[in-house]
Amino acid sequence: MMAYIIRRVLYAIPILIGVNILTFVLFFVINSPDDMARMHLGVKRVTPEAIESWKREHGYDKPLLYNDRAAGAARFTDTIFFQKSLKLFQFDFGLSDSGRDIGYDISQRMWPSLAIAVPVLFIGLLVNISYALLIAFFRATYIDFWSVVLLVMMMSISSLFYIIGGQYLVSKVLHLVPISGYDTGLAAIKFLILPVIIGVVGGIGAGTRWYRTLFLEEINKDYVRTARAKGLSERLVLFRHVLKNALIPILTGVVVVLPLLFMGSLITESFFGIPGLGSYTIDAINRQDFAIVRAMVFLGSVLYILGLILTDISYTLVDPRVRLS
Amino acid sequence: MTVQPVILWTDALVFLLVALAVLFAWMARGREHLRAPWRYVARSRVGMASLVVLAVYMAIGLLDSLHYHPLLPKAGDNGHGPRHSAEIVSLFDAIVAPLRERSEKTYSAPLAWRLYAKESIERPDGTVYRDYPRLKYGGAHLKEPAREWGPDIRRRMALGLVKAAVIWAVVAASLALLLARRDGIPLSVMFGRLARGETAIPWRTVLATLGLVLAATLVVIELAAGYHVLGTDKVGEDVLYQALKSIRTGLVIGTLTTLVMLPAAILLGIMAGYFRGWVDDVIQYLYTTLSSVPGVLLIAAAILMLQVYMNNHQGAFNSLTERADLRLLFLCIILGITSWTSLCRYLRGEALKLREVDYVQAAVNFGVGHFTIIGRHILPNVLHIVLITVVLDFSGLVLAEAVLSYVNIGVDPSMNSWGNMINSARLEMARDPIVWWSLAAAMIFMFVLVLCANLFADVVRDAFDPRLRNSRD
Amino acid sequence: MSDILLRIENLKTWIGSGPRPVRAVDGVDLEIRRGETFALLGESGCGKSMTALSIMRLLPPAGRIVEGHVELDGVPLLDLPEVAMRQERGGRMGMIFQEPMTSLNPVLTIGQQIAEAVRVHEDPARRRTPEQRVLELLEAVGIPDPKRRVREYPHQLSGGMKQRVMIAIALAGRPELLIADEPTTALDVTIQAQVLDLMRDLQRERGMAILLITHDLGVVSETADRVAVMYAGQIVEIAPADTFFGAARHPYSRKLFESLPRAERRSARLNVIEGNVPPLDRDFTGCRFADRCDLAEPRCHEVSPEWTVLGEGEGVRCHLYAGGAGVTLFPRAAVEHPDRAVSQGGETLLETEQLKVHFPIHKGVFRRVVGHVRAVDGVSLAIPTGRTVALVGESGCGKTTVGKGILQLIRPTAGQVRFDGEELTRLTQRELRRRRRNMQIIFQDPMSSMNPRMLVGNIVEEGMQAQRMGDRAWRRRRVTELLEHVGIPAEARNRYPHEFSGGQRQRICVARALALEPKLIVCDEPTSALDVSVQAQILNLLQDLQAEFGLSYLFITHDISVVSYLAHEVAVMYLGRIVERGTVQEVLEDPLHPYTQALLSAVPTVDKGSKRKVIHLEGDMPSPANPPAGCHFHPRCPVAMETCRTAYPPERRIGGSRVVSCFRVTGETGSESGPAGSAPR
Repeated sequence: MMAYIIRRVLYAIPILIGVNILTFVLFFVINSPDDMARMHLGVKRVTPEAIESWKREHGYDKPLLYNDRAAGAARFTDTIFFQKSLKLFQFDFGLSDSGRDIGYDISQRMWPSLAIAVPVLFIGLLVNISYALLIAFFRATYIDFWSVVLLVMMMSISSLFYIIGGQYLVSKVLHLVPISGYDTGLAAIKFLILPVIIGVVGGIGAGTRWYRTLFLEEINKDYVRTARAKGLSERLVLFRHVLKNALIPILTGVVVVLPLLFMGSLITESFFGIPGLGSYTIDAINRQDFAIVRAMVFLGSVLYILGLILTDISYTLVDPRVRLS
Repeated sequence: MTVQPVILWTDALVFLLVALAVLFAWMARGREHLRAPWRYVARSRVGMASLVVLAVYMAIGLLDSLHYHPLLPKAGDNGHGPRHSAEIVSLFDAIVAPLRERSEKTYSAPLAWRLYAKESIERPDGTVYRDYPRLKYGGAHLKEPAREWGPDIRRRMALGLVKAAVIWAVVAASLALLLARRDGIPLSVMFGRLARGETAIPWRTVLATLGLVLAATLVVIELAAGYHVLGTDKVGEDVLYQALKSIRTGLVIGTLTTLVMLPAAILLGIMAGYFRGWVDDVIQYLYTTLSSVPGVLLIAAAILMLQVYMNNHQGAFNSLTERADLRLLFLCIILGITSWTSLCRYLRGEALKLREVDYVQAAVNFGVGHFTIIGRHILPNVLHIVLITVVLDFSGLVLAEAVLSYVNIGVDPSMNSWGNMINSARLEMARDPIVWWSLAAAMIFMFVLVLCANLFADVVRDAFDPRLRNSRD
Repeated sequence: MSDILLRIENLKTWIGSGPRPVRAVDGVDLEIRRGETFALLGESGCGKSMTALSIMRLLPPAGRIVEGHVELDGVPLLDLPEVAMRQERGGRMGMIFQEPMTSLNPVLTIGQQIAEAVRVHEDPARRRTPEQRVLELLEAVGIPDPKRRVREYPHQLSGGMKQRVMIAIALAGRPELLIADEPTTALDVTIQAQVLDLMRDLQRERGMAILLITHDLGVVSETADRVAVMYAGQIVEIAPADTFFGAARHPYSRKLFESLPRAERRSARLNVIEGNVPPLDRDFTGCRFADRCDLAEPRCHEVSPEWTVLGEGEGVRCHLYAGGAGVTLFPRAAVEHPDRAVSQGGETLLETEQLKVHFPIHKGVFRRVVGHVRAVDGVSLAIPTGRTVALVGESGCGKTTVGKGILQLIRPTAGQVRFDGEELTRLTQRELRRRRRNMQIIFQDPMSSMNPRMLVGNIVEEGMQAQRMGDRAWRRRRVTELLEHVGIPAEARNRYPHEFSGGQRQRICVARALALEPKLIVCDEPTSALDVSVQAQILNLLQDLQAEFGLSYLFITHDISVVSYLAHEVAVMYLGRIVERGTVQEVLEDPLHPYTQALLSAVPTVDKGSKRKVIHLEGDMPSPANPPAGCHFHPRCPVAMETCRTAYPPERRIGGSRVVSCFRVTGETGSESGPAGSAPR
């Protein structure tokens, strides 16, 4: 059991190394630092001096992999690969292209992200499971049929529409909450309500439909027939037997995204002006700040791998078949 | 030759895809196990209705994939024969040329005859007043728009409906005639069966859907002859035209992405599951690593790098269209890279199971080689999974395009796409009164496509995976 | 109080809607008396399970009861509202199912699952504390150490234990009727004997009636008081068990008996029922069995036979009895196998020596190998040319792995496999490929042994193509020949496997194996997925082919009756090792190893007369990953001694052909002398 978890953690190391090399290739090999400098300075009328000084300012004035001008270990450490890529392993993200400390920015901005992502996840889970259970209870009736129609329609609507439509309706027409912005402490709530509701509503279509399939798959299993043969009521069958089994894939599916909640949502945050990591990333993309994008790629991978490990652990906790074998 | 055809990268791939589909259909004709699921699809009402709508989208997308350099209008006879414009247009552009060419000055509401904002207008006598100026094209034929506008709209709609009814009746009658001849029954009996929905293939539903589509299309055609049906955008371009042009972008993203990823996913997935051992370890490592980078971020990084590359190598592209097309292709590839891993993992699991199945063991015992076993026993038995994945992924990819374009990491800003339409329209949401039609047009076109794709995908999945069908009873 | 507990009248259950629903149950009438065991016998697809589910009103969503009347102790079950029906379900009627593996909820402890049933049906005063009752129930079904077991999950229990838990759940409501749907089909014979015994004891103690649904004539003969035979949705015969096993009336029932493989029929072809059960999605004009009946007359094809009452609770649905007069059915004269009596074993074709197949168990951070699953742990066998060697054992004993190890489909860990004098284990894959044509295999499940995406012709041709035999035209001709040889029309080549019934598919598999002209065919339970009547067809075919081509068979099976009919030699396997081998007469008639004795005694037989004593084995077979020290069998052995716990008994040769591994059996190691000795009886 313990050995299994340790094994999973150890397996994460080569994968992180792979991700690291991937980002290195993507950001420094496909386009050289010179190209990036030219991009930032504007393509036309760039002098070699300007490029050199931009590279020096941002620490890109080193060879990629091997520095033959340095001595000793510095031949390997005084390189872009070591300084920019390997240091990510220490969660040392360095400075952004505009000169800010990325690590500090991340530590500040993850809280607003969480403030939206966590309620969206859990309220959404509650809503979706309840609705799916309701459909499962009324399976093969008109409630089931029209619910599925509704769900398919809901999942065919772009998330952009939920946001734009929601903002227009709630903030602009009804003037219930501010359209965007953020505040600290409890005052943030009035800014959070709308994005959370929109996040939940936008997830109902796909989420509920998926859970409905899970429930119906369980309902057709032999043990449900046994439960009915005992004389249990449909309600007990559904809640005690079906729900308990279907919760295993649902919960483990939730666990894998838990760490990623820190990353926030790109579009929600940018629409609502929430100063979280999602809008941070979007701003970086729009400003073409490679240092930040690189840091976020690596951070995202670490969190995802963490999610995978947590999923494995949660399986062993939730499923007696795994726990006790 | 009056035109000079241009085959863009994505065009080539689109037609490759069409060729593959035709080839597959031809192969499936003689094989019951391939035909049976499709028969299930053909007999599903939802499946056929959504297929009709999808077919309209596909027709527009295909027409929009036949590109060429148009002939320049007589630019002086200098002995070089016909000269071609550097511009690349498609057959579809030619068909809807009026839509493309009739640009207004700036915003106008759907079906409007004047601009959306007041401007200072100079009277012939030199005095200046502020009013909504008339449009150059929209409602230009009206002499007294305030009075004639309403009746004109109604007349055009009615005319469209009548035309639609005529076409529909012709189609319905010829269908009935064909079916009656095939089954060898009197036409009147066939009409009765059609009307009561008693045919094996739900022709009644097909005809009803077709009727709706025809009515909408012809009404729009009638109106579009004199108005901007969905208004115009900031630079006065017709929004209907933009929305129609975006269809190809959506379809290309939805289909080519999966086409691009399939070879890798199928080959690696099956190899990992079949050979196990170190092959499995390497392939698993590969896809775990790739899938551990969150998709959006990987796309963002890749597109950023592409932008840098394209900026630094501007000489490599002949035209903006080609450049935008390459970016589209690259977006498909990068989306494919982020989405092949789940199919690969799934196929690996299937191959692991299949290699232990008795008929594979029997083949091994006959001395059949590994690659023959993969080709003969494993691949045909996982193809239905591949197909289900392709259709299920489609709608998600269309939606993803919008989001990515919104974040500026989608298709080229110069390319028509629903994402770009939404992106440029959202700034107008702050106006008062708001400019809603760009947004609404993009949303509606996208919604209809995605909804039909979702419904169709459900039917296909039920057809190819009977286990799921039973669980829906 | 009436004597009749359950009365079913004209029950009709259809599955599926649309123009052609399957009429799974098509007018069933029966009565079950208090305290009796009533067996509902029939082949797969005849509607017996649907009858049971209709009584419980637990039909799958596609099924519906269209007509009929079901009365439990005077209560009309089909008219009850669902709430009231719930009280009957699990209350006065309990039900247990075929698959104990999937019939329990994997995420609830067995204590919770039993307690649930107790809570529903216990009177309100005691509802709060079901724990005591749960323990009582577990004890009643013979689960050792119930206090510990209540907290365990289903996957921690063996199949037999799970079925006991199922019975405990059914007993929670103190049922008057227990419906058991193939309760032992998924279990091994020794476990089957335990469960059947338990059901008998419980019935005696509680006086409940049992509706036993089964396809196994042996199980019926061991347990039932009365028997109903079901065919194609109808009951064709009801009779007291004694009458039924003495002289079954309906031609179908008789055919079932005749198609049973048995030792006495060794030299004869089995009497088979030609054809298949008709599909139930259409109307019948005549008798449903007429097409397969030897005694069918013109009227059988034209008029449906009515139910003919032959006595109190006895009757038959057959025109032959309609006049009231009894009919004598003459069994067909047994057909001799021409070569069978003289076929003598030639020289050894295949020989394994100390064959071992171990699968490593990985554990820990670095997946170090910490042990091995000793699936096959030193098996020595010899198969002579033209003979059949049966490898017998319960599931998990490693018999299938022996087959795959011999064929090198799994490379053995150690030991030798000599085929025709050539050592196979040292050959490379490439060298093996050419030699594979000499050894073929037929699998258990005819569904999964053919690629569903290939045409039958290509399936049969595949091996010839791989071995580069002949050209295309020649191979095509040969496919036709082969198909006809196994009794499949040649036009089948252009069809897909799913268009054929299980028996036909198994014939095609035989043709596929024959295509390479092999010398040895490994038959891995080739008939255990088939119905008795179809099984007889395949066994006959295998017999004929052996006589014709001089084939050798390694026949892997758990079914002793098949062994006694077909095999020349038998090897009995337990936990990866052979415990006893010898000729079929020696081993089956005079088993020496205590495991063989227990195994044979547990097999239910249809011969009512031979009241044998069942030797009960305690518990289940241990895991091959961790076999007991000493003799693998000693923890369950009724006659284990001290030495059995410490050392594995060496092979002792007794007589010319028989080898036994048991300390109780005296005989000299490797010598041919010595009396059969003081084998425990």
